[in-house]
Amino acid sequence: MKKNNLKGWLYLLPAIIFLAAFMIYPLVDVFIYSFEEEYNFASQTHTGIGTYNYSYVLHDTYFLQALKNTFILVIITVPLSTITSLLIAMALSSIKKLRQLFQTVFFLPYVTNTLAVGLVFMILFKKTAYSDGMINMLINLFGGESVDFIDGPYWAKMLVLCIYTVWIVMPFKILILTGALASVKDDLYKAAKIDSTPKWRVFTRITLPMISPMIFYLVITGFIGAFKAYSDAVALFGTDLNVAGMNTIVGYIYDMLYGNSGGYPSYASAAALILFVIVLTITCINLMVSRKSVVKV
Amino acid sequence: MKVVLENLTKIFPNRNRKIKTEVVAVDDFTFEIPDGTLVGLLGPSGCGKSTTLNLISGLEKPTRGKVFFGDTDVTDLEPEDRGVGLVFQNYALYPHLTVRNNIMFPLKNFRGDKKLTKDVMEKKVLEAAKLVQIDTLMDRKPGELSGGQQQRVAIARALVKEPKVLLLDEPLSNLDARLRLQTREEIRRIQRETKVTTIFVTHDQEEAMSISDIIVVMKEGVVHQIGKPQDVYDDPKNLFVAKFLGTPPINVFKGNVRDGMICIGGKPVLKAEKTDDCEVFVGIRPEGFIVDENGKLELNLKGLEVMGRDTTIVSTHEASENVEIRSIVSAETTITAGKEKVKFSLKPMKTFIFNSETGERIYFGSQVRKEYGKK
Amino acid sequence: MKKPGNIVLNILKYVFLAFWGIVVLFPFYWMILSSVKSYGAYNSEYIPKFFTANPTLENYSSAFTTVSLGRYFFNTIVFAVVTTAVMLVVITLAAFAFARLQFRGKNIVFTLFLSLMMIPNELIIITNFVTITNMNMRNTFTGLILPSITSIFYIYLLKENFEQIPENLYKAAKVDGTSDFKYLIRVMIPMCKPTMITITILKIIECWNSYVWPRLITDNEKYYLVSNGIQEIRENGFGRENIPAMMAAVVVISIPLIILFLVFRKQIMTGVQRSGTKG
Repeated sequence: MKKNNLKGWLYLLPAIIFLAAFMIYPLVDVFIYSFEEEYNFASQTHTGIGTYNYSYVLHDTYFLQALKNTFILVIITVPLSTITSLLIAMALSSIKKLRQLFQTVFFLPYVTNTLAVGLVFMILFKKTAYSDGMINMLINLFGGESVDFIDGPYWAKMLVLCIYTVWIVMPFKILILTGALASVKDDLYKAAKIDSTPKWRVFTRITLPMISPMIFYLVITGFIGAFKAYSDAVALFGTDLNVAGMNTIVGYIYDMLYGNSGGYPSYASAAALILFVIVLTITCINLMVSRKSVVKV
Repeated sequence: MKVVLENLTKIFPNRNRKIKTEVVAVDDFTFEIPDGTLVGLLGPSGCGKSTTLNLISGLEKPTRGKVFFGDTDVTDLEPEDRGVGLVFQNYALYPHLTVRNNIMFPLKNFRGDKKLTKDVMEKKVLEAAKLVQIDTLMDRKPGELSGGQQQRVAIARALVKEPKVLLLDEPLSNLDARLRLQTREEIRRIQRETKVTTIFVTHDQEEAMSISDIIVVMKEGVVHQIGKPQDVYDDPKNLFVAKFLGTPPINVFKGNVRDGMICIGGKPVLKAEKTDDCEVFVGIRPEGFIVDENGKLELNLKGLEVMGRDTTIVSTHEASENVEIRSIVSAETTITAGKEKVKFSLKPMKTFIFNSETGERIYFGSQVRKEYGKK
Repeated sequence: MKKPGNIVLNILKYVFLAFWGIVVLFPFYWMILSSVKSYGAYNSEYIPKFFTANPTLENYSSAFTTVSLGRYFFNTIVFAVVTTAVMLVVITLAAFAFARLQFRGKNIVFTLFLSLMMIPNELIIITNFVTITNMNMRNTFTGLILPSITSIFYIYLLKENFEQIPENLYKAAKVDGTSDFKYLIRVMIPMCKPTMITITILKIIECWNSYVWPRLITDNEKYYLVSNGIQEIRENGFGRENIPAMMAAVVVISIPLIILFLVFRKQIMTGVQRSGTKG
């Protein structure tokens, strides 16, 4: 077939224009912003080039709080959601009755508005003057003391945030793992059965290695996703996350850009690049670990 | 519309860019296809027959040479401007369109003064569908049709725009054996009715022989022989053509010519006057054997396959290139069971000798070369 | 013969799955329940009740009258429909070029596209915010829509799908005089309809739930989308304590997506699965 250079580029043109304007240019620009010191949004001027923005961000207590929050969130939710979803996926794969129903129900959180359902979680956990809330009622039932999970102690707020985050990310993980389990060839299980392999051994020696690429994929994307947590925190604690002490790195970036303390694209850029470096490092470590332990199929 | 190919050559660069060698898919093909004939391009896979078809349709552009439709040079025309109909091996029907819309698809592309009204289109579609006898299936989707029916739709779609040339790429190879027989007769009938110049590609010699007016035998891009099926069968130009045509295939022996005699295994079997001494391959068509007590060719009898109408004698010989030698004799011929040897004499017109190095035919006795196109 | 151990295990499995089912469904139940309790009834329950004897729909009417839920809804629909429609055009053309056309530089551009897929939104959103602000497009639909129009992942997905269409169909169309564009419209798009539908739905869901970009780019309530709307309602809407009315708004916002999900369950789930396993 003859080459038609112009025509090919013409079809690509709209995509290229949008990508250049809203992806490639911003990508270059964010580096420039991050090194422009004392950038003024209104006059669009800056006084010098240097690393001051980075040092400012790294010394900002709000940023350090956000960093701490994000790391705690990541460390708790990623393993918890991955293991729980694996258990659910395995239970799902081994049953026949009601399987479709469960699968459909479990996927529901994926298609809900994070902000809207977050509000429901807030109601469930919140302690007000009128009511201690649903969850506290349960705690009381087992003889515990009521806690204000939304405006109360740090650990309580972090707990709610973790619970909500897990609730939100589970559907995707369950779906992917159920798919991975279904793709393991039945022959392998039959062969194991003929050799009368015990169930636990079948799991550790066949199932787990066969789906290990998918598990690692979920861990990697889970880390990336959790590092970018933001709207679930907003849903629970409102837009002013710094005051609530529940800000995340992404939240810090947006607040710097626009918000109560906003108007500083340079600080936002520096923070965004710091986040990018963190995520990149963790992803690389993940990839290195997975390369060693994942079975090549 | 006659189709003329003039020194048609197509060279592909090697897929692997590091290797500089080129692949000559079609090498210097010159041929004039008379108007209204059915031509079969025949050859083993990779012989360049499909490339030839693509060159005629315009899907590929030749490296050298020209293609004429009638007296018009179409070499530089795009496929859509050539007015060809093309049927693919896997039919290439649009799966989301009904049979009716599949057949109508080419008509909707007409532009300008060629543009048709809806009524004319409907009429033409129905005509084409009737021609291939699928007019009762118009509202089905291709997925709901059998292979043979899909094939008919593909032919109808190719014919509906009244092409100057109809091209069929392995039209029968996706059908089962019974349908294949039926469909090839169908193609012959449709071609006769429409009188459109038709070129089809196949690797199945039986298929080509049975319906073509002219067959073109190709191998590795080179045209080996062109002619009427019977002529090519009776008078193969070289060992490849002789081996490629005919079921059961021709029996080939290693042999030589000595003192005007063709010898197999050192023993003279047939006279070949005025032929120089040389090493040859001897090819004997299965029907070229006569059971003869005084025959000069003695074979080791292995078994008989009685078909009723005729009998196949299966035998072996140390000089044979084939594992088994199959000779077809009339059913009346009696061979005593338990015999280990059987003797044959040979029909001179069914026995060919080929140069053992080049594979070129050596004509002997009353054998005369028939050149295609020369009366 | 089933061993008794298996039956116990089976029961445990169902209990476990049912437990998670309750965890998933309970928030939905609670929001619907709270939304039909009257303001008075809700606030008088110091210990929340799991059912209500006198359901009322008054919260739903106040959700549309007291706050501009209708407007948020309308804005979101406009945003989702326009973004998705324009995106479909852009990605279809690009996917077609990658899958079907031959031109110089194709592979380089495609590799570049793929590498852009790894760029996180946080990095580019800063400049985009500045760009849109400088172009005076804050609080406009154009400003909302523009940066969300291309999705490299969907280009990739569609290109893969386009490439599965047999080459011979293209040749057949070519011989019949079909132009490239007509082939795209009449053959490729209809044949890839399932993928197109999946992409459309996933994009609509994405638009419906988008929060960050709309929050940055709109501070005028007239241009709020549902996500920002719900945040606005929470902070300044009915007064902080009118939980039942808030829940009514939450139900109204959640329902369209849940209906969409129940109708296109298969497409959505396979689409998400594919985006997970390939992306």
